[in-house]
Amino acid sequence: MLQINNLVVQIEDKRILNGLDLTVNDGEMAAIMGPNGSGKSTLSYVIAGKEDYEVLDGEILLDGQNLLEMDPDARAAAGVFLAFQYPLEIPGVATMTFLKAALNAQRRARGEAELTTPDFIKRVNNAAGQLEMPKDMLKRALNVGFSGGEKKRMEILQMALLEPNFCVLDETDSGLDIDALRIVSAGVNALRAKNRSFLVITHYQRLLSHIVPDTVHVMAGGKIVRSGGKELAHELEANGYADYRQPTAAE
Amino acid sequence: MGAVTLMRTPAETALAQAFEAAKGKLPGDRDARVKAFNDFIEVGLPHRRVEAFKYTDLRAAFREAAPFAPRPTPEQARTAAAGAKGFGETGALVVTLVDGHVVTEGSELADLPEGVEITTITEAHGVGHTLLDHLSPVPLARENPVYQLNSAFMTDGVVIRIAATIAVERPIHLRFVTTGAFATATRTLVVVEEAASVILLESHEGPDGAAAQLNDVVEFVVGDRAKVCHVRLNAEGSEAVALSTVTARLGEAVSFDSLNVVWGAALSRHQVYLAFAGERSLARINGATMVKGRQHADSTLVVDHGALHCTSRELFKTVIDGEGTGVFQGKIIVQPHAQKTDGRMMSASLLLSEGGTMNNKPELEIFADDVQCAHGATSGQLDEDLLFYIMARGIPKAEAESLLVQAFLGEAIEGVECEAARDALIAGVESWLKAR
Repeated sequence: MLQINNLVVQIEDKRILNGLDLTVNDGEMAAIMGPNGSGKSTLSYVIAGKEDYEVLDGEILLDGQNLLEMDPDARAAAGVFLAFQYPLEIPGVATMTFLKAALNAQRRARGEAELTTPDFIKRVNNAAGQLEMPKDMLKRALNVGFSGGEKKRMEILQMALLEPNFCVLDETDSGLDIDALRIVSAGVNALRAKNRSFLVITHYQRLLSHIVPDTVHVMAGGKIVRSGGKELAHELEANGYADYRQPTAAE
Repeated sequence: MGAVTLMRTPAETALAQAFEAAKGKLPGDRDARVKAFNDFIEVGLPHRRVEAFKYTDLRAAFREAAPFAPRPTPEQARTAAAGAKGFGETGALVVTLVDGHVVTEGSELADLPEGVEITTITEAHGVGHTLLDHLSPVPLARENPVYQLNSAFMTDGVVIRIAATIAVERPIHLRFVTTGAFATATRTLVVVEEAASVILLESHEGPDGAAAQLNDVVEFVVGDRAKVCHVRLNAEGSEAVALSTVTARLGEAVSFDSLNVVWGAALSRHQVYLAFAGERSLARINGATMVKGRQHADSTLVVDHGALHCTSRELFKTVIDGEGTGVFQGKIIVQPHAQKTDGRMMSASLLLSEGGTMNNKPELEIFADDVQCAHGATSGQLDEDLLFYIMARGIPKAEAESLLVQAFLGEAIEGVECEAARDALIAGVESWLKAR
């Protein structure tokens, strides 16, 4: 599924990722944990294709395709989805308009027929129901006036609709109260499938007791410094990141 | 005045000659025309050292004066009316003006709905119609050279009266079509009596490449508790110079909306002079402008709060591509007795290219002490983070940019009450974006 080899990334002459290697297999739920400034969010942005970062070396292969050569929209059409840590508000763009534009753009890029409006609405309503989202949220401009928790739910709704095969969740747990965390986690778990992989970025073990990972990776100083099973998350929760802190340019 | 005369530009000289030749034939009060022309020619075409025209130099824009168009033949009128796009199918009651003349071809002037009176300004002058007493309802406008030129030359136009308490169901659509490099001067007067309501649509279009010089004025006299929704579209040809003025005098508890959408003309200037003459009225003046290439579009407005408890909202959105130029000049005046005025004015521009220019000049002149007034102006580019967010969902860059530009302009357009016209405007924005 996803293979990252020797990824070296900087922003404004500051080195953030230092030769990162990571493999996520088909159907795998991988978690990345690590202290602030270890480069976790940078990794998510570089996978999705944000322009601000300069990739100095390495490759990111999704089913053999090098994502680094593709624009963000092409990556999305190829199956990448990033659930943003801070989803953006888009005043003046109706949520339904946006969702339909995204879904149909991806279908066009893949050579599939566009959805009819009734079919589209049915899919949105199904996904919204699962995530216990009030209908009026869908009638507003995208994310405008949404609470932090509502924005995160909207990210998961988009993920459910777009049916990506590689999902990156960047601190999806931040800003969620316990009920919202349960709903969002259930939404993610419902999407687990043998041809869909996840990379869940988080500071805390809390999320991982709802979304149980297959593998846990510790990131520090811009690379993966330790990998293990789900028990590694418990160990980190107990001991903290002290063992992994090291002075880096990112901090 | 001798020295001024000597300094006349070729265009001013041509206008003076045209006025001399025409003044005996033009309908209506000749003295009023002569006064307007003298007021105009005394100062001449305004240039950039005239403060109100600092960003829009009409002396430079008028190298020559285009000839006024003769009345089109029925055949020409039919062809022009048939080719007009307007707002598409709106179900509106249409009055067509070709090259500045009201034509019966493509116009619905008979069997009008109850309480609706429509006549031409030429006919109204001919019979000395009492409605003409309402002409020029906002004295401030009479000092404006563009308005003065129109008052001197007005050849034709429409007089509309909506009788008291009549709510006109069908929008009234004034369809202005230009066929060549002509000058026009049209005057429209809309008198909306007490508690009546009307939607007035105006579309202006002409052929690309023809250096037409257009000057149209639409005046509203709005009675107490009446409601007006006015939508104007400038889809003029690529070489046109399009000057337009809206004046409005509002009674008590009026609701008045006026939107001007611009994507046409090489140079345009749209002026609004709005006067609150009765208490507790609400006016919303919006603009949505798109310029590209070397287009220049100016929106200038003066809102005169002369009564208690009135509210004004101005929202002007400008999108600039290529080497286009946008201008916004807005002035809110609050008279000493106009307490409890609530005025807010906003100009926002989006620069899509390196070469674009936006000039903003908001002004407040407040002579009352118990008022709330604010103005703001912003200029910026498309937000890169928003673009990334949209693209990360699979939407290609051009489409993502279009979504953001449509959303930006949409805020000024979404209040349009005539759904068909609103849809046509939104579709127009989309085509503009596709073509850029």
